[in-house]
Amino acid sequence: MELFKENVEKPDGKPEGIIQPEFLKCQECGRETLKELVHGNDSVCVYCGFLFRMPAYKRIETIADEGTFAEIDKTKKSNDPLSFPEYKDKLKKARKNSGLNEAIVCGTCKIGGHKTGLAVMDSYFMMGSMGQIVGEKICNLVDVCLKKKLPLIIFCASGGARMQEGMISLFQMTRTTIAINKMNDAGLLYVSVLTNPTTGGVTASFAMQGDIILAEPKALIGFAGPRVIQQNVNETLPEEFQKTEYLLKKGMIDGVVERKDMKDKLGKILSLHE
Amino acid sequence: MDVMPESKDPDNNVNEAWSCVKNARMQSRPQARDYIEELVEDFFEVRGDRCLGDDDAVVTGVGRIMGKSFTIIGQQKGHSIDERKKCNFGMPHPAGYRKSMRAIAQAEKFNRPILCLIDTPGAFCGVEAEEKGQGTVIAEHLSFIAAAKVPVISVVIGEGGSGGALALAISDKLIVMENTYFSVITPEGCASILFKDASKAELAAERLALTPKDLLRLGIADCMIKEKQDFAIENMDYSVSKLKKIIVDYLEELEEFSPEQLVEKRYQKMLDMKGFS
Repeated sequence: MELFKENVEKPDGKPEGIIQPEFLKCQECGRETLKELVHGNDSVCVYCGFLFRMPAYKRIETIADEGTFAEIDKTKKSNDPLSFPEYKDKLKKARKNSGLNEAIVCGTCKIGGHKTGLAVMDSYFMMGSMGQIVGEKICNLVDVCLKKKLPLIIFCASGGARMQEGMISLFQMTRTTIAINKMNDAGLLYVSVLTNPTTGGVTASFAMQGDIILAEPKALIGFAGPRVIQQNVNETLPEEFQKTEYLLKKGMIDGVVERKDMKDKLGKILSLHE
Repeated sequence: MDVMPESKDPDNNVNEAWSCVKNARMQSRPQARDYIEELVEDFFEVRGDRCLGDDDAVVTGVGRIMGKSFTIIGQQKGHSIDERKKCNFGMPHPAGYRKSMRAIAQAEKFNRPILCLIDTPGAFCGVEAEEKGQGTVIAEHLSFIAAAKVPVISVVIGEGGSGGALALAISDKLIVMENTYFSVITPEGCASILFKDASKAELAAERLALTPKDLLRLGIADCMIKEKQDFAIENMDYSVSKLKKIIVDYLEELEEFSPEQLVEKRYQKMLDMKGFS
């Protein structure tokens, strides 16, 4: 009888004790894979190599040496400075979806034994858009880097400036630019890693100001989105337009790095600049 | 929530924000070359970025204001249809920002203050602009002008369209003309993306905090210059004489500082723009 007990149905109809397999569908090849398999493969589709979006903490797990990440400004939240319609609800939803207070996670860690500042944007939080707090957290992290003479790595993922904070968002482009200028003045390394998608005000500021700019394969990277351009110019866009490999050809980035190689590559770059 | 809230301040705010946007876009408004004509003596135009070409959406050069040499960088939309096409309706390509950076480098070399005249719907969005690194070049321009070791005074003379305008707005003093706007996105763009309805542009304009008064309130702009009703080239002398005086006063104030102090002060000014707390 003990054997059968495990399968007693719960009120919701699902048998107790049996883990329901969860599948993720790949946007690129359409095939479904066990969630665990995808996650165990750095969120990369096992069939076609498509890169699923990666939550910030998951990214940090794959990049930082175990147990070395010390977060700053974890509780900072935007407070809807312009009382923008629907913004409060959107923030609430974003917090629930992502488990984060804002679209970026900042802190210090070690990568391959090298100490560094690390910021990771999260596209699950309002498409990684940059408002007041995202800008502020980057500035605060730069202050830590300046004080401790640390290099800085930022994983970018953003739809651009956050419209709901109006001009306050736009001026985060300025603030982050000045923060990076200070890194330059102090002779400290800044590596920018572009992930899918990196567009708009983030592209036109700190994403493209790295001493070294890396990108993940097949990421969409641009100033304007392809839809806007299509509407604007009324012509067919070139194949692979605004994708990582295209940008490499056009001389806009230094390298395309697979997820599985990212930590090693960053460790090497840090060691070269020590 | 599908229903948009009504304006909190129906008496002036909605209409004011929207009328700023409409006025800023009026074809009859004076443009960068008109200001240069009225404000600057002995203007010598500097052309081309020495790499990609010459972008007519950006005018750069050297000239005197009240006897003092300035580097002038302006965004030009064009009046006639031919000129507007030539100027790409004031939407600069990467070559325009590169030309502007050339002008900034010369200003530093010759220790000249910089005057920027902002009037653009935004940086151009197109295949070629992307291929030549529109995002990269704006990022570079922001970094470059922020660190310029000479006084930088900017004036919003018409449209301040997002990042394309911001490139010229990093300054020690930001002056705004009365009927202009400066916004993270066009009200139409914002309305169609967020409200799924481009006709809600008026509401978007109000909420985006884009009017000269908003910019003053947010600490983004330092002063506003009044315009005559039906502001046009014919009656711009009234405002321009005021503008001239303010530019000269500001310059006098900024010349008190060493180049290093200037940059440090500009950095601090920008970093302090935290918005509302």
